Amino acid sequence: MKILSIDSSGLVATVAVLEDDELIAEYTVNYKKTHSETLLPMLDEIKSMIDLDMSTVEAIAVAKGPGSFTGLRIGSATVKGLAYALNIPVVAVPTVDAMSMNLWGSDKLICPIMDARRNQVYTGLYEFEDGNYKVVMEQDALAVEDLCEKLNEIGREVILLGDGVPVYRGQIDSLLKVKHSYAPANLNRQKASSLGVLAYKYIKEGKLETAEEHKPEYLRLSQAEREKLEKDGKA
Amino acid sequence: MDDICILAIESSCDETAAAIVKNGREVLSNVIYSQIDLHTVYGGVVPEIASRKHIEKINQVVDKALKDAGLTFNDIDGIAVTYGPGLVGALLVGVSFAKSLSFATDIPLIGVHHIEGHICANYIENKDLKPPFMALVVSGGHTHLVKVKDYGEYEILGRTRDDAAGEAFDKVARAIGLGYPGGPKVDKVSKEGNPEAIVFPKAKVNDSIYDFSFSGLKSAVLNYLNQAEMKGETIVVADVAASFQKAVVDVLVDHTVAAAKEYGFKEVALAGGVASNSGLREAMEEACSKNGVTLYRPSPIFCTDNAAMIGVAGYYEYIKGNRSDYHLNAVPNLKLGDR
Repeated sequence: MKILSIDSSGLVATVAVLEDDELIAEYTVNYKKTHSETLLPMLDEIKSMIDLDMSTVEAIAVAKGPGSFTGLRIGSATVKGLAYALNIPVVAVPTVDAMSMNLWGSDKLICPIMDARRNQVYTGLYEFEDGNYKVVMEQDALAVEDLCEKLNEIGREVILLGDGVPVYRGQIDSLLKVKHSYAPANLNRQKASSLGVLAYKYIKEGKLETAEEHKPEYLRLSQAEREKLEKDGKA
Repeated sequence: MDDICILAIESSCDETAAAIVKNGREVLSNVIYSQIDLHTVYGGVVPEIASRKHIEKINQVVDKALKDAGLTFNDIDGIAVTYGPGLVGALLVGVSFAKSLSFATDIPLIGVHHIEGHICANYIENKDLKPPFMALVVSGGHTHLVKVKDYGEYEILGRTRDDAAGEAFDKVARAIGLGYPGGPKVDKVSKEGNPEAIVFPKAKVNDSIYDFSFSGLKSAVLNYLNQAEMKGETIVVADVAASFQKAVVDVLVDHTVAAAKEYGFKEVALAGGVASNSGLREAMEEACSKNGVTLYRPSPIFCTDNAAMIGVAGYYEYIKGNRSDYHLNAVPNLKLGDR
């Protein structure tokens, strides 16, 4: 079963084509251009490089969030258009879960962190126990202090990755009491191949959406809604 | 010649819209999902909320446009999409969606200018209208006096230096307690008021005779309200609305008619949401007929943001051979005439 996989949730734009246990193509760009300028041209490049007949693609996987609101929407709108035109399902994978697959098989706790601004990170905790993938803490927006406290409580060695690392590394080093390390360049950002691998698991479990149903999961309200809630709460 | 059908998508502000247009003049379907109720509680369009809603509605709207027209992608020759000007996050939904449709179906992509779309809305119901003519585009975000030299060729004679006309309507409506959206509400209340009751200043822009300025007028209305309140006078909302509307309409009409005379145009077209304003329509009609100028204006459904107008503009770009590639991006400040 051939699937296309797309993640534009963070600074990285990444696109992959997988066929069951094989990765056919992957293209990842970590550059200052907007996803609107990179995503479709990257997909087009992959298509011509591997002579991809789009009608052979059977599902499209996407990082559903959290992430940059605009980045998520560019990915989501792209996927919704493709899935609608090709009449195939969408596999919406939590962004942070997909990132944890970069460190498949690790015996340490896996902790992706994405910079969520306002001193928060989008994060989650994952582990492999006897080869079985387990979500220890579901993805959420947390203050860096709260995440470190949680990791200290658990007390296990942890590997961190994601675009939150360069932003919060100093703070994490001073707050974490457990042994910890940071993933290297080949593994420390979103990879559409990792997303694709997790997407097959979702497909087997029947977790599919239609193009129309699919929408991003922001994990946060818009600023206007937040302020209105605060105001109404006070009133 | 075979028929040419354009699927058009518009998401530049708070309407999610899709349409199918045949041969540039015939609207086969026109679907608009308006988010206005979502934004009313905030007193104006909230960009992030608008963008989120576009994502939720875009498939449904495009699918309905195809179904209403009884067509499939096999019948579509081009996919037109608004890529500016507008709210960047909102534009990106339509642009990203249109690009991926084009990619998956191999149907050519055409990026369309939102204001060009508004002007082209006039072609839908006026089959005989052809360039050259003068156009006045007035909406919540735009106030442009434009020479339409040919299909896709424009020269801007005048634009607003500050607030758009529709924006001034919204701000004044808020000040006199009419709420959002201001345009239709001021227009309605004005019918009960005396437009000569209060004389508000008509701002002139010194170095450019066809430019507009509405922020001074808005301030004059606010000052009037403050002073009346301090003096303990009763404010007649209908009179304030009518007098304000007259001040806006007079400037719009004066500039348009003067420009038509100077450049020798016998045809003037209105476009944009404020083109639905009854005061503007009546005054423009009267001034044009006095000066031997024919006035064109779209029905309200084609004045508001819609995709049919994008399909018309897209058709004329299509037959000229203009295509966009997959690098097409949203351009929030896109200038008319730029490609």
